[in-house]
Amino acid sequence: MIRDFIFFLTGWLPESIQIAIWVMIKIVAIMLPLILCVAYFTLAERKVIGFMQLRVGPNRVGPRGLFQPFADVGKLLMKEVILPSKSNKFLFLLAPVLSLAPALAAWAVLPFTDHLVLADIDASLLYVLALTSMGVYGVIVAGWASNSKYAFLGAMRSAAQIVAYEIAMGFALVGVLMVAGSLNLREIVLGQAGYGIGSWYLWPLFPLFIVYFISGVAETNRAPFDVAEGESEIVAGFHVEYSGMAFAVFFLAEYANMLLIAALTVVLFLGGWLPPVEAAPFTWIPGLMWFGLKTSLVAFFFLWFRATFPRYRYDQIMRLGWKVLIPVTLVWIFVIGIGKFYTPFASFFS
Amino acid sequence: MGIDFKQLYKTFSLKELRKGLGVTGRRFFNKKITVMYPEEKTPKSPRFRGLHALRRYANGEERCIACKLCEAVCPALAITIDSEEREDGQRRTTRYDIDLFKCIYCGFCEEACPVDSIVLTDIHEFHMEKNDERLIDKQGLLDIGDKYEQQIAEARRQDAPYR
Repeated sequence: MIRDFIFFLTGWLPESIQIAIWVMIKIVAIMLPLILCVAYFTLAERKVIGFMQLRVGPNRVGPRGLFQPFADVGKLLMKEVILPSKSNKFLFLLAPVLSLAPALAAWAVLPFTDHLVLADIDASLLYVLALTSMGVYGVIVAGWASNSKYAFLGAMRSAAQIVAYEIAMGFALVGVLMVAGSLNLREIVLGQAGYGIGSWYLWPLFPLFIVYFISGVAETNRAPFDVAEGESEIVAGFHVEYSGMAFAVFFLAEYANMLLIAALTVVLFLGGWLPPVEAAPFTWIPGLMWFGLKTSLVAFFFLWFRATFPRYRYDQIMRLGWKVLIPVTLVWIFVIGIGKFYTPFASFFS
Repeated sequence: MGIDFKQLYKTFSLKELRKGLGVTGRRFFNKKITVMYPEEKTPKSPRFRGLHALRRYANGEERCIACKLCEAVCPALAITIDSEEREDGQRRTTRYDIDLFKCIYCGFCEEACPVDSIVLTDIHEFHMEKNDERLIDKQGLLDIGDKYEQQIAEARRQDAPYR
């Protein structure tokens, strides 16, 4: 309906441009709420961590600090973007874009509800996996282009860490793949329909769910895996040299990535837009709302972790990634495979 | 080589992590102890060492006799004093500058002063917007002393039994 209206308005243009305009509108329709969510996620982080530390968090800008994100953006916009004189200017400015673009592009295939998905492609899970690994290039390029030892150390750490956890994450997704029998995120969610919370992939894939979430936290360089930033050791890691809007873009990418991981966890393990109980009062709430609620819950865990856990030592991170998470996922993949084909519990694993 | 199943269970059930999350999770709902600063303030000791001031005697005569003990004792070299003989033959300062950026608010000047002239008031909410405002001259210090004399005297009186 809206589509017809837009095409009617732009009837005097060639069709290819009309389609381009329509796609742009769809992108903006996803992007704007997303960036708003990211902005408020930063506020939520400060509030939640504040509350857990018996503080109240920001409460000066607007009622209860609700306009704080806008004040932050305004401040960052007005600050100078300093280009270090010994840096590679082109790469230095490219890096934030490289880290933000995948974080936003991955949202294209995310099914918010059964029908609300920008690009319902067949291998969307693969696409998401590919794009989330792209994010590391932003970090590496930033560390390299800054020409600063701390930035470089941060970038190196981040690269090693993401390579390690990418594998565990990939194996966890293999589990989802085996159970769902599809690479399409929408079909993965539909495979979890049936008896509400009982038929979500959370249960047959519980270890993989934990592994996926831990890897997700590591992937986004969040506490307790934030050695890439490591304030106490290497100042701010890969983005020490960044200021103003260039820094803000990194910030935006980090939080967009966090929300992405949260949303993916919901889609893959927590039944996406499906209500937890397939009965009257729960089915009245629209799917988009359920999706938002679950994503917020998972995102809350990111903040909770940050408020709770001290940073891992670098070798501990590597040990956890290679010697714990990957074996766990491998074992559980075997369990799924055997359970699905050689035991009477096949229905549990599908 | 035995496998410590207890340890294994502890590791894989994420027991300690859950414990930690439990602590922060409970604190999340606790009463917050934040003091809303500009509206609420915490109590201040009469010994608080804030902005400097030069005091006068009740008859309006300035106390400072330019003995330069404060200048000598100042570990940060924040005080600069010049002195001359006044018309009535008394020694007085012609210049008494304090560099607020150098000062570390240790209070040694106040302790060294034989006539209780230089004091640290309990004013801590002050700021400067230009670099040269960091230097307070004699007149500035005397003005602060005049303005807050009551406050300064009251704080000295409260602390007197413990000196």
